Amino acid sequence: MDQLAASAYLVVFSITLLVIISLGLAVIFGLMKVINLAHGEFIMLGAYACVFAVDAGLPLWAACAAAALAVGAFGVVVERVLIRHLYGRLIDTLLATWGLSLFIVGAVTTLLGPAGRGIPTDFGNVTVGALNLSVYNLMLAAVAVAMLAATWGLARFTRFGLLARGTMQNPTIAGAMGVNPSLVYMVTFGYGSALAGLAGAVLVPLTGVSPTLGLAFVAKAFVTVITGGHLPLLGTGLASSIFGAIDGVLSYRWSSVIGEVGVLIVAVVVLRLLPSGLTGRMRSGL
Amino acid sequence: MTALDFASNAAVRPTWRWWVFVALSVVVLAGLPLVTDVSLQLQLSLIFLLSLLALSMSFMWGYGGMLSFGQTVFYGLGGYCYAIASMNFGTTGWAMLIAVLLPAVVAALLGYFMIYGRLSDIYLSVITLAVTLIFEKAIRATSGPEFVVGSVRLNGQNGIPGVPGLQVPWQDAPLSMEGVFWLTAAAMVTVYVALRLLLTTSYGRVLVGIRENEARMQLMGFDSRRYKLAAFVVSGAIAGLSGALYAVWGNFVAPEMFNLNQAAQVVIWVIVGGRSTLIGPIVGTGVVQWLTTWLGQVGVGQVTLVLGFVLMVFVLAFREGLLPTLGALGRVLVRRQPGDTAPPVLPARQSAPGAPRE
Amino acid sequence: MKLDRRQFFRTATGALAFAGSQAALMRAGIAQTAPIRIGNILDRTGGINIYCLKQIAATAMAVEEINASGGLLGRKLQIVFYDSQSNNQLNSQYATQAFARDKVDVLFGGVTSSSREVMRPIVNRFKGLYFYNALYEGGVCDRRHVSTGMVPAQQIEPLVDYVIKKRNAKKGYILAADYNYGQITSKWMQKYIRQMGGQDLAVEFFPLDVNNFAPVLSRIQAAKPDVVWSALVGDAHVSFYRQFESTIGKKNMLLASTTYGVGRENVALSPAENEGIVIATSFVDSLPTDAARGFVERFKKFSGQSDYVGEYGEYGYRGMMLYAEAVKRAKSVKPDDVIAALGGTKFDGPGGLYTLDGQTNHTVMDIHLAVGNAKRGFDLLESFKQRQPLDTQQVCDLRKNPNDNKQYEPKL
Repeated sequence: MDQLAASAYLVVFSITLLVIISLGLAVIFGLMKVINLAHGEFIMLGAYACVFAVDAGLPLWAACAAAALAVGAFGVVVERVLIRHLYGRLIDTLLATWGLSLFIVGAVTTLLGPAGRGIPTDFGNVTVGALNLSVYNLMLAAVAVAMLAATWGLARFTRFGLLARGTMQNPTIAGAMGVNPSLVYMVTFGYGSALAGLAGAVLVPLTGVSPTLGLAFVAKAFVTVITGGHLPLLGTGLASSIFGAIDGVLSYRWSSVIGEVGVLIVAVVVLRLLPSGLTGRMRSGL
Repeated sequence: MTALDFASNAAVRPTWRWWVFVALSVVVLAGLPLVTDVSLQLQLSLIFLLSLLALSMSFMWGYGGMLSFGQTVFYGLGGYCYAIASMNFGTTGWAMLIAVLLPAVVAALLGYFMIYGRLSDIYLSVITLAVTLIFEKAIRATSGPEFVVGSVRLNGQNGIPGVPGLQVPWQDAPLSMEGVFWLTAAAMVTVYVALRLLLTTSYGRVLVGIRENEARMQLMGFDSRRYKLAAFVVSGAIAGLSGALYAVWGNFVAPEMFNLNQAAQVVIWVIVGGRSTLIGPIVGTGVVQWLTTWLGQVGVGQVTLVLGFVLMVFVLAFREGLLPTLGALGRVLVRRQPGDTAPPVLPARQSAPGAPRE
Repeated sequence: MKLDRRQFFRTATGALAFAGSQAALMRAGIAQTAPIRIGNILDRTGGINIYCLKQIAATAMAVEEINASGGLLGRKLQIVFYDSQSNNQLNSQYATQAFARDKVDVLFGGVTSSSREVMRPIVNRFKGLYFYNALYEGGVCDRRHVSTGMVPAQQIEPLVDYVIKKRNAKKGYILAADYNYGQITSKWMQKYIRQMGGQDLAVEFFPLDVNNFAPVLSRIQAAKPDVVWSALVGDAHVSFYRQFESTIGKKNMLLASTTYGVGRENVALSPAENEGIVIATSFVDSLPTDAARGFVERFKKFSGQSDYVGEYGEYGYRGMMLYAEAVKRAKSVKPDDVIAALGGTKFDGPGGLYTLDGQTNHTVMDIHLAVGNAKRGFDLLESFKQRQPLDTQQVCDLRKNPNDNKQYEPKL
């Protein structure tokens, strides 16, 4: 029974982590067909922003919000300077954002030094059966759900969400109807970046931050998003659930290496069978 | 002259000028060890064997139209095969052969899996990325003493040190530093010439045709999957050779050969040099490698910053790479005559034909 | 503590600029003969750099102190630094370059055991000398290799003894980094735990890029040990100490480590996360001796940084000083001459008296047991004087077999 509880907890935790780190990338890929390989570095910047905010005295929740805003703004700048020139050129955006990620890592190492840092979590733990669970980990699950809900709400119930969805389906027609696709892309990229920044901020109490933090996340997020297909919420949610479950079970039973390799193998098989990802064939939905 | 011209020129028989260029290069390379010291030969040999890796990638990408992050898989496999085979069997000649054949076989399997599954473009790249990660994580986790192949411990994170140098039939001791230099130079020149000639054959022309418009080639009756798979296997074999030469060069193999950083570097070399040419990647490798090594020593330490900046600039501004851009620049400068206009620059193929432009 | 960029660069390039600067030479009155070149290959960037940053500066400080007092054999010292970027491939390249092109008289550097094992064959090929200034898993028997850091018999034995006998924590769960250091150190931990009547419930290995420890924390709770032994290494593994505190807590389970503290993890973590971790070390900043205090003060002045220095930083200083003493005794910088003079070389340093053991080329030193406190530092528990590197002495005798060149591993 305890084993079941522990496995369930780990599965939920793995899914939570995947959702948190992938959602920003999914929004950008799903709506703009842009592969942002600098996503890991956006997460890292959000983590640094959170650490600075906490050092300056803000409470954790405020620091996370500040980090999201800061990285969102940075994302808008990146979009204007770099991404805007590369729409429609999928491979080129991949390469350019890869260069951007290397650049950001180098810049942060130079400006902030290569040493890592962190902030404490004083949330304590809660006992479930014979298992001690970190309260913070459980709160992360709530954060993941909130991120999904917020994105869905924005897309479904706001005017901007409507415009964004329309532009996603057919930018030409949307443009012909008076929507400014360029503006939509800019705001969407900013929103996706803000999600990435938020991810970094909420993960700081768990992993700390250092200039190379992004590397640990980008591969997982990338594989999850691509396997999920072009629908950001449905695709990423589905892919995160599948991979999180596999990772959680395998890493509990054996080790985290087996978990990661297992996830990658499943991703390869899924992509071979469904070349456009899990939701690739779906025309509507989010 | 544009990228298309380069590509289509590839299908043309090389002129006598090109043969002179090759002959001159061979003479210069053969004579270099006599006038340089050991450490320069060391650096140059590394550049030569890494340029093989770049060549394999540009052959597949620039001419075959497939962007694969998996070249490092074959590179690492080649290195590890050579290390394990030579340390188990004691002979290095056969080890070299295995180091080229095994990656080719793996490339055939992986290529069959992907290409016959009609995977396009970005999804092919993602799968090769995932495969690279799988190999890296798997090899890194083999540190324990239970992971042995024959009598050689895989050693995981630590890599396998003490890999023997290449034994040659005309001397007792393994190849010296000079010998390694000549070997890598010879390999680079041979592969370059071979690829160049391969592209002039009907196979080469069909391959370029597939890159230009796969649907059209299929309608003309060519099975594009077979041609792409062959290109994938050839690239894999060349990358394997590169890995084996690395093991001979450094007497050491490690999981870093499989990792994402290494894959990124290959892409950067090819982009900087020019992916639609064969000589471009060689130059790109030389420039970027020299830059990285120099930066790591000057104490700036921010190699990643510079590399990232270089990659962004080249993708945005010099999409064709260094050589074609310099070539075009040269031609523009030379043709400064009234009434002369620069030829129109056509955009090179981006995505697979038929893929919707978003 | 924010690392100011200027200070960072000053520190980083101090070795190159200062050690060879005219001003220093004039002050020391050293003749303008060819300098003694010291190759130093360390990771300034990448996940392993947490161990190297202070060592780079401390080695430079030692060079400055030696140059200021007249140099070595009438020649000044000059450091040739290479950033191996936590990449063993670069260790291999730079080591070859150091000997082949830059003609260094001695090679310093390497932190992880894998980087050491990559460079040792190269040192042997060029018949040079290599000072490995790091703690490691012991057993290297190679006359061209000198170890100035702790080995298991010095570090792990007193630590296990304290934890089992004084803290009564018999059941242990071992976590180690997944490479040769972690593999071999975990074997030593098991050996000593069993020797002293304890029990090792499980051993788990983690690749260096793992930063999610939730699965193993669940398994630890299911196994219910008294103590968790950590031989975790590198930047990503620091997350373990955070996650351990937030899930289990040191009030409920003891945490002892052979690697904690040497990477200055106490600076990156919060006071609560640092408090209570038991370590065995040959140097902490808070050692109550004049030598330790003086070193810390001089280092802070030299580097311009005021944060915790730590053991790896001191290793850089100690290694350079021991090399200088050996060269003085040998009256030559030729590697074979220095190697012959190694046995019996002494230096009274910040952590106590260091003596090079000619049988193994390892260092006899004082060992201190310490525990993390609530001020991000360490409190001293107990000190042991002049511990011998028994584990390596049992398998290695360079006087009898000078051509021995391998690393011995313990059998359980």
